[in-house]
Amino acid sequence: MPLTLPRRGLFALEILFWIALAASFFVFPDRLYLLTQILIAALFAVSLDIALGYAGILTLGHAVFFGMGAYAAGLLAKAGWAEPLTGLALAFVLCGLVAYALSVMIVRAGELTQLMVTIAVGAIVVEIANQATPITGGSDGLQGISMWPVLGAFDFDLWGKTAFVYTFVVVLALFIVVRRMLQSPYGLALKGIHGNRKRMYALGSPVEGRLRFAYAASAAIAGVAGALLAQTTEFVGLDTLSIDRSAAVLIILVLGGTGRLYGGIVGAIVYMVVHDFFADLSPEFWMFWLGLFLMAIVMIGSGGILGGLSRLVRSERS
Amino acid sequence: MTAAPALSVAGLTVAFGGIVAVNDVTLDLPVGARHALIGPNGAGKTTFVNLLTGTLKPTAGTIRIGDEDVTRLDTRSRVKRGLTRTFQINTLFAGLTPLEAVSLAIAERDDLAGIWWRRLGGFPAVRDEAEALLSSLRLIEHARVPTGELAYGKQRLLEIALALAAKPRILLLDEPAAGIPAGESREVFEVVDALPDDISVLFIEHDMQLVFRFARRIVVLTSGSVLAEGTPDEIRRNDDVRAAYLGSTHV
Repeated sequence: MPLTLPRRGLFALEILFWIALAASFFVFPDRLYLLTQILIAALFAVSLDIALGYAGILTLGHAVFFGMGAYAAGLLAKAGWAEPLTGLALAFVLCGLVAYALSVMIVRAGELTQLMVTIAVGAIVVEIANQATPITGGSDGLQGISMWPVLGAFDFDLWGKTAFVYTFVVVLALFIVVRRMLQSPYGLALKGIHGNRKRMYALGSPVEGRLRFAYAASAAIAGVAGALLAQTTEFVGLDTLSIDRSAAVLIILVLGGTGRLYGGIVGAIVYMVVHDFFADLSPEFWMFWLGLFLMAIVMIGSGGILGGLSRLVRSERS
Repeated sequence: MTAAPALSVAGLTVAFGGIVAVNDVTLDLPVGARHALIGPNGAGKTTFVNLLTGTLKPTAGTIRIGDEDVTRLDTRSRVKRGLTRTFQINTLFAGLTPLEAVSLAIAERDDLAGIWWRRLGGFPAVRDEAEALLSSLRLIEHARVPTGELAYGKQRLLEIALALAAKPRILLLDEPAAGIPAGESREVFEVVDALPDDISVLFIEHDMQLVFRFARRIVVLTSGSVLAEGTPDEIRRNDDVRAAYLGSTHV
C-alpha cells in the first residue's frame, strides 16, 4: 500500500525542490555551466511534456523549436539588439506561431504519422539552416554573439554566475505558468483528450483547437529554452536543431516520467549528471555506460523515475 | 398545432459500400419521450445513434433538432444544441476521478475548458454542480476514486452522469445497462426514469423486461429499417415483431 501524502505536504516538497535547485549555486560554484545546462534541458523537457505527456502528441522533432528559438535569439543579438529578454520574447512568439501553423498537420494525424511529420519537418529545417550559411553560419555555427547585460545591470560573467541566475529565474517563471496551465480547466481538458478522445468529442469539446494550442505553447517554451542556450553560451550550432537533440529530450522526459509536471526536470537532472559522471570516468565509452544506465532504469518499471516513486507515495486526489 | 418534436429524423439512410446499415428511417422523438430502440444484433441501432450524434454522415435523409436542420452540423454543434449520448462500451477517463470527469464535462458545456490561466479550483460553481450531479446518481462516495478503480456498475452510472452534465434536451442511451448483472440493471433504469420530463430519451436495450417496464414507446429496427413503432402493448401484439424479432419468447 503506497504512503499517502497530504496535498499541503506535496506543495512543501515542491518549494523545497526549488530551494535546493537554487542552493546548488552556492554548493557547486565551479559547476555553474553544467547546472545552467541542466536547467535549460529541464525547461525543454517540460515543454515536450505539454505536447507528449499531456496532449499526447508524439513528436521526434521538438528540437526544431529549440533550435529555432536559439537561432532567433542569436540572430537578433548579432543584428544589433542584444537585450536578453527581447530575445526570449522573440523566440517564444516565433516558435509559437510556426508551431500553430504546423499543428494543422499534426493534431489530426495518427501517432505514426505524427512521428513521420515531425521527423520530416526536422530534416527540412536542419537542411535550411545548413545551407543558409551567410545567415546561420552553416556547420560552423552562429558565432560572435555578445549579449547585453540582463536588465541593463547584470553582465554575463566568465564564471557563469549571471547565466545561472538568469536561467534559473526564467525557467522557474515559465514553470509556474505551465504548472498553472496544467491545473486549469484547460489542463483537465488536455488530460481528457489524452485519456479518451472519443468521449471528448461526445462532450462537445473542440478537440483539434485544444491540441493546436497545446502544441503551440509547447513549442513556444521549447523556443525559450533554446534562446537561453544561445544567450548563455553565446553560440548556436546546427546540433540544436538535430534529431539527436529531439531524441535526447525524449529520453530525458521518459526517464523522469511523462505527464507528471516534474518528470522533465528530474529526468534532466539525472540524465545530465549521469552523463557528466560517465564522460569524466570514461571519456571514450561514456555513451555505452549511459545506455546501460538508461536500460537499467527502464527495467525498474514504466513511468520513469517519478512513475516509480508514485507507486511508493501517493498524493491526495482533488 | 403541436410543438415541434425534440428530434425528428426523415428518410435517414447510410450505406457502407454496398451494405445499407440504416435504411430510410423516419422517426419523431417528442419532447419528454421515453422511447426504446430494439432489434436483433446487427440491426443498425448503434449506427443509427452514431448518425444522430454526427459521428457518421448519412448517405441520405435529414435530422432536425427542434425546428433546425442539423444534418450537416458536426458533433460539437449538436451537443451545443442539446443532443448527447452514452456509449454501449464504457468510454470514460480511466485516470480521472468521477469528480474531475464531470467537472470537465460541465466546463466543456459552459465553454470554460479553454481557460488555461486560472485554476480549476477557482470555479466553485463547476465543482458544486458536479458534486450535486454525482450525489443525484449516488456516486458521490466514489467521487475521488480514479474511474479505472470503480466497480463496473458504477462506471455505467458515470457514463450517464457525463452525458447529463451537458444538460441535454435529447439523451441517447446506448445499452445503458449492458454488462450489469440483472439485479443491478434496474438501478440504472430508475435513474433514467427519474429524469425530468423536458429531457427526451431514446434508449437501446436488449432486456425486454426493462424495455416494457420503462419505455412509453418502442421502435423495432431490423436490417436497418423500422419494422414497427408503437406503445409497448401494440408492439407486444404485433405479429410481424413476434415473427421477426421476439420469436416465441413470452414477453
